[in-house]
Amino acid sequence: MSTVATDIKLDAKIPEGPLAEKWEKHKFNIKLVNPANKRKYDIIVVGTGLAGASAAATLAELGYNVKAFCFQDSPRRAHSIAAQGGINAAKNYQGDGDSIFRLFYDTIKGGDYRSREANVYRLAQVSVNIIDQAVAQGVPFAREYGGLLANRSFGGAQVSRTFYAKGQTGQQLLLGAYSALMRQVAAGKVQLFPRTELLDVVLVDGKARGIVARNLITGKIESHSAHAVVLATGGYGNVFYLSTNAMGSNGSAAWRAYKKGALFANPCFTQIHPTCIPVSGHYQSKLTLMSESLRNDGRVWVPKTVEDAEKIRRGELNPNDLPEDRRDYYLERKYPSFGNLVPRDVASRNAKYVCDEGRGVGPTGLAVFLDFRDAIKRDGRAVIEAKYGNLFDMYMRITGENPYEVPMKIYPAVHYTMGGLWVDYNLMTTIPGLYAIGECNFSDHGANRLGASALMQGLADGYFILPYTIGDYLARMPYDKVPTTHPAFKDAEREVENRIKKLLSINGKRTVDEFHRELGKIMWDYCGMSRNAEGLTKAREMVVKLREEFWSDLKMVGVNEEFNQTLEKALRVADFFELAELMIIDALHRNESCGGHFREEYQTPDGEALRNDEEYAYVAAWQYTGDGNEPVLHKEPLVFENVKLTQRSYK
Amino acid sequence: MKLTLKIWRQKDANDKGRFVTYQVDDVSPDMSFLEMLDVLNESLIHKGEDPVAFDHDCREGICGMCSLFINGKPHGPEQTTTCQLHMRSFKDGDTIVIEPWRAKPFPVVKDLVVDRSAFDRIIQAGGYISVNTGSAQDANNIPIPKDKASEAFDAATCIGCGACVAACKNASAMLFVAAKVSHLALLPQGDPERAIRVSKMVAQMDAEGFGACTNTGACEAECPKGISVKNIARLNREFLRAKFIEEVDKPLEELAEGK
Ligand SMILES: Cc1cc2nc3c(=O)[nH]c(=O)nc-3n(C[C@H](O)[C@H](O)[C@H](O)COP(=O)(O)OP(=O)(O)OC[C@H]3O[C@@H](n4cnc5c(N)ncnc54)[C@H](O)[C@@H]3O)c2cc1C
Ligand code: SF4
Ligand code: FES
Repeated sequence: MSTVATDIKLDAKIPEGPLAEKWEKHKFNIKLVNPANKRKYDIIVVGTGLAGASAAATLAELGYNVKAFCFQDSPRRAHSIAAQGGINAAKNYQGDGDSIFRLFYDTIKGGDYRSREANVYRLAQVSVNIIDQAVAQGVPFAREYGGLLANRSFGGAQVSRTFYAKGQTGQQLLLGAYSALMRQVAAGKVQLFPRTELLDVVLVDGKARGIVARNLITGKIESHSAHAVVLATGGYGNVFYLSTNAMGSNGSAAWRAYKKGALFANPCFTQIHPTCIPVSGHYQSKLTLMSESLRNDGRVWVPKTVEDAEKIRRGELNPNDLPEDRRDYYLERKYPSFGNLVPRDVASRNAKYVCDEGRGVGPTGLAVFLDFRDAIKRDGRAVIEAKYGNLFDMYMRITGENPYEVPMKIYPAVHYTMGGLWVDYNLMTTIPGLYAIGECNFSDHGANRLGASALMQGLADGYFILPYTIGDYLARMPYDKVPTTHPAFKDAEREVENRIKKLLSINGKRTVDEFHRELGKIMWDYCGMSRNAEGLTKAREMVVKLREEFWSDLKMVGVNEEFNQTLEKALRVADFFELAELMIIDALHRNESCGGHFREEYQTPDGEALRNDEEYAYVAAWQYTGDGNEPVLHKEPLVFENVKLTQRSYK
Repeated sequence: MKLTLKIWRQKDANDKGRFVTYQVDDVSPDMSFLEMLDVLNESLIHKGEDPVAFDHDCREGICGMCSLFINGKPHGPEQTTTCQLHMRSFKDGDTIVIEPWRAKPFPVVKDLVVDRSAFDRIIQAGGYISVNTGSAQDANNIPIPKDKASEAFDAATCIGCGACVAACKNASAMLFVAAKVSHLALLPQGDPERAIRVSKMVAQMDAEGFGACTNTGACEAECPKGISVKNIARLNREFLRAKFIEEVDKPLEELAEGK
């Protein structure tokens, strides 16, 4: 029996008034902490990606004392560094009709109407400040010959609003935020804790007052106390084992917060990116993204027949020799007006369908061709090389194949998680004093994120939103500090130590990676690109069974009191096992298709996602009620006053 | 492929360390170098032995976390990061020697993992532009010539991996420092702090115990991001310029305080 109170009233705290005025009004109405008093407050920021680094630096500039944590050896290495394509902002520098309202509208629509109007509008509003801030920090964005900033259109947007720094936009933005953070370290306002991993959130009198973390070099379990805790720990795409995320990306911080009472929203909303380099073998450790822009010139196809596909797989037939009438350019065939440029989820799902039919290519049969033959014939090799040279080189390095000569092979891969900790308009979770920013909150992308909008959201949260809204909370807090000798800290430390002891004492036969790989396969097969009730029900049983085996048959090495990467992984995978089940529960409960969540039972006659706005226009926020108990669903209804809900169509 | 690996094993910073030899069979040419080590580690764990510790995260050549001194070269035989190195660069029967970065300012943490926090401290000394959040003007107010911006970008692509230090017989960090100094000195936004920045970063570099640059160019040859030694020339110029300002103008402390 659960003893947890489940009569929570979810209040998103959306300010009154017209959409365009909400944020300004809110900033005016919230309480401020007197500048001289800011130094009396300590804030913990976990994560130093775009969201965490920008928040930590800005909070320190304002005068708060900040402790910043990350598990890498330097804050500069957070997963944000890998973002390639760009960052959106409604600057309308190109004069092509962009505006704050258009960016807002595109984001709401792209998210398939499963996000909050007020939050998304604010995101579009502050997007312009991000670019100003980044340029002032020295972020070397691409420029035109006249010296002004260049833009491109990204992910099928009808305006050019994406700012970029070659294919390294995330790197340059993160190094900007990192430099601001380093400046505050030098100023003594930020204390850095690299190679330190959060293992629990500590609550005192129902409020977040600190964390328990493990020093990854010595294994020491340490408590840190503060007046507020900010989680900026990124997404949980690695639940699938293979994804485009960095190897260490994990869901543990958000999961620990969930187990301490924070609600977890829309966990089943995951984004699968259509153009990644396919799996090449069992040893595969991660998947590499190939920019979406390739679909502007590459044509996606598979053989029309299973026989031809088999011959190509066995290497008996060169794809270049397959005549035109035996090829199926399936996206062009099914979506004549959008063709190869259909949105991410549609492109991904169709690749899966043709491979499920046995028409996939590559040694594993899990790949489709992205062919540049016609583009090279049309424009010449030099033009294609100028556009995509660096991507082709990267592809060649990884696969050993030359895409100028043989068609590139691609397959969808898990890329981003729209779900995450539920937060209100102030970015606070349901635990007072616990905030979640960046990819780790459920935020602004609804059921599907637009390209170049994650960087925007992370920096909006960190530079421009949280530093204001957290003041409103702290202004009501007494200055007193909770010592780390407080029983709440001691209890949390003991719980963490027991969890580690338990893991280390399992004397089984299978490694963490073996379990993780198996978990990932279940999730990919049943809770991936397309889902159905039968599969999800089966997957839940499989996950529960595998989790039991994990806790009894895991093979561990070493001890806690050392640099132990096996233990780090085991702790993360243990949490993935629990999170996976919640993702399945959420996917099963949502009897509609929307964005990245495609339930096979709910599709239009031509196989497109069929939303059910009557019954499911809400945020599904799940509450933990104890191990072995069913989580409790809380619904935050989504009210659309400024946009009209429509069905997407790409025919 | 079958390979013989000679890997540096060192329990912690205090251990003396030694090479241990391992055999790996069934290596596929399509594996990345780190995936090959994953396979070795899986087999070690199955045998109840301690797996080899090595740093890595993005495995896409951008985070700068991976390292490894492979057959006498940082990041191995190709000019890329270790995570982007694939086994097709080796042949069946090869012996591969794998060591950590060897440089005093990068002490070994365990096996192949080193502590590169000295780089963070160098950036803390001045590798930034002092601009508080919210105080920036419109991004297009200051046009920057495209070639200047590209040059700054090229310098800014340094991933902070430390291969330049590992490649240098003097363990000099000049290429790393030069990349940041150049990036910011080339931009109008970085101009006001040019002098103080270079002086403080170089001072911190010396304090960390990195060696002097004797222009051998090994750093550029091994840098996975192709950071050019031209940046070192620029660093030297910036440094002299700063010294000059220091002597004829006002003390650096005053500059720092913006007086
Ligand atoms: C290959 C790739 C390309 C992408 N390209 C784009 C793009 O072009 N445009 C775009 O908008 N978005 C892109 N994205 C998405 C975007 O990069 C991410 O959503 C975003 O960077 C997430 O930032 P973050 O700050 O929320 O988290 P992250 O950058 O993931 O940072 C997480 C931080 O939390 C720390 N952390 C995590 N767990 C713990 C713990 N338990 N204890 C201590 N610290 C912890 C980590 O050390 C790290 O510092 C891309 C993503 C990928 C994978
Ligand atoms: S200059 Fe090159 S080798 Fe040195 S740290 Fe930067 S990227 Fe690595
Ligand atoms: S692991 Fe990130 S650069 Fe190699």
